[in-house]
Amino acid sequence: MLTYITRRILFSIPVLILSTFFCFAFVSLAGDPRQNLLANPRFSRVHYHMLAHQYHLDVSIPVRYWYWVQDVFTHKLGNSLLTSQPIWPDLTRVMGHTLQVIVIAEVIALVLGVAVGIYSAIRQYSFFDYTFTTVSFVGFAMPTFWLALLLQIAFTDIYLKWHVRIFYTSGLNSGVTSSTWSIDRLQHIALPVMTLSIISFAFYSRYMRASMLDVISTDYVRTARAKGLPERKVIMRHVFRNALIPIVTVAALNFGALLGGAIVTETVFSLDGMGYYFITKLGQLDVYAVMAYLAVTAVFVILFNLIADILYGYLDPRVRYE
Amino acid sequence: MSEPTLHAGPNPASLGSAQPAAPAEVDSTVEAGLELKVRSQWTYARMRFLRHRLAMAGLIVLILVFGAGIFANYIAPYSFEQIDLTNVLHAPTLTGHHVFGTDEIGRDELSRVIYGIRTSEEVGVFVALVSTFVGLVIGAIAGYFGGWLDNLLMRFTDLVLTLPALVVLLTVAALLGEGSQWRISLILAFFFWTTVARVVRGIFLSLREKEYVEAAKAAGGGDLRIMFRHILPNTLGPIVVSATLAVALAILTETALSFLGFGIKPPTPSLGVLIASAQNNPQDWWLTVFPGLLIVIIVLAINFIGDGLRDALDPQQRRVRA
Repeated sequence: MLTYITRRILFSIPVLILSTFFCFAFVSLAGDPRQNLLANPRFSRVHYHMLAHQYHLDVSIPVRYWYWVQDVFTHKLGNSLLTSQPIWPDLTRVMGHTLQVIVIAEVIALVLGVAVGIYSAIRQYSFFDYTFTTVSFVGFAMPTFWLALLLQIAFTDIYLKWHVRIFYTSGLNSGVTSSTWSIDRLQHIALPVMTLSIISFAFYSRYMRASMLDVISTDYVRTARAKGLPERKVIMRHVFRNALIPIVTVAALNFGALLGGAIVTETVFSLDGMGYYFITKLGQLDVYAVMAYLAVTAVFVILFNLIADILYGYLDPRVRYE
Repeated sequence: MSEPTLHAGPNPASLGSAQPAAPAEVDSTVEAGLELKVRSQWTYARMRFLRHRLAMAGLIVLILVFGAGIFANYIAPYSFEQIDLTNVLHAPTLTGHHVFGTDEIGRDELSRVIYGIRTSEEVGVFVALVSTFVGLVIGAIAGYFGGWLDNLLMRFTDLVLTLPALVVLLTVAALLGEGSQWRISLILAFFFWTTVARVVRGIFLSLREKEYVEAAKAAGGGDLRIMFRHILPNTLGPIVVSATLAVALAILTETALSFLGFGIKPPTPSLGVLIASAQNNPQDWWLTVFPGLLIVIIVLAINFIGDGLRDALDPQQRRVRA
């Protein structure tokens, strides 16, 4: 087991280096971020060239990449190109916001998805099953940003028509400062959470249903029924517990990807999270900020891939790591 | 590399089968005594597809919607850029001239949506065709010959999987997209082919050891002949299904990219562009609702067709539940 984990981690290092290098090259080639600074009339030419030297914009891309890698380890991901501010504090702040939103959203989606999936499977082809099948099909077909916009429009209209503020439709707080767990904060993150959990729910409920049906048709379930166990016990003890295994791994993978921020949802609701940070910095061609984001996201994905594999092996003893 | 076997779970590819699989096709073609009408596999596949009600409904809807896009010049009541300053931000009416309303400079939303369908279908079909073709060729070569190409393919897929697809696509589109429809399509195709390649590779890998391939070799068949005449036909079912679903996925991805400002840019009227530009007038809901509704309808129809095709062409994947 330990050798397996070590090997996986060692294997992911070249993948990480290659993927960050390609992204680095792409963002660097996309344009010169100093163009925006030149628009400022008080910005001198001398400073312009100084910046190039300071941020190694005047050397070739592989060399710049090497400087960047050094920065990652010695200066906690380095400074932003445009604001000269350290990236790390910004990144931890937005990560906190993203974490709060996606943990709530994923928990809601998982609990509801698993419950609906179980019931749909044991009452296959019932009205309930068909209803939620339709729901998840529409969920699959719906662009996330469109769902987010619809919610935004609906709650803006409610506010404008009746002057009732149920949920805020953009931002994180009303005031300048706010604690992480205030009513105000919850009113702000409710719509992003709703968007994300609807999309994830569509997936989880469908997945759980398929997983349940897979297990229900196995021989050991037939055996359990044949020896006279009550149906409730068969479902809860024999089917449910085994059907949960794949969904746990899928949820771990999904969670790892979402830690990179729900780009679309955060953009729609101007939520100061990872995804919004990425989109803003990419638009400004701020190479080092974008790269910091990509590196952190890639590490999350690799880490949760590993967690998913280990979880799977732990939950399902039939899986062997050689 | 040793990976844990993750095959115990339900097949994610078959998650979408809403329609219960038809009971296995019984040869009920006995006509006039004991004569049997000889039918090919394709005939059976076509019969299964035609009997799949949801797929047929999807097909009809898709023909109507895509037809409207193809013949946009004849069907759209106005041009997508015709300005009508006397009717600015007109709400949708069933009796007036602008059924879907107008935007902030009085362009007819219905016409813009119809032209948007054209753009989206072009992107979807182009990406599906190119990525399927490329994936087919590379997957076939990798699966049949193995060796360095096989290694390269698998490593490339690992690379792409390190970061969430949207993140990579956004980064690449920021450099190479330039807001052009064909450039965005090519970028999408470049990232989509790996799915097909993996499927084809898997089938080739297992079939090249089969006796009939050995027989073909013994009979003096060349590699190309064996690959394309003997093995390839076996991959057509899964390929047709995945190509169909790729159309939907490409359309969804393109609209998300365009919405975030890194995909197709105005004046080209893609459905994503329409929704993005509607954000200048968030109070005028019809500008957001109608383009999004069309995306949902298109993707839903394609997903149903894909399901029908899977049931028809890929009987092993069918979940036959007693």
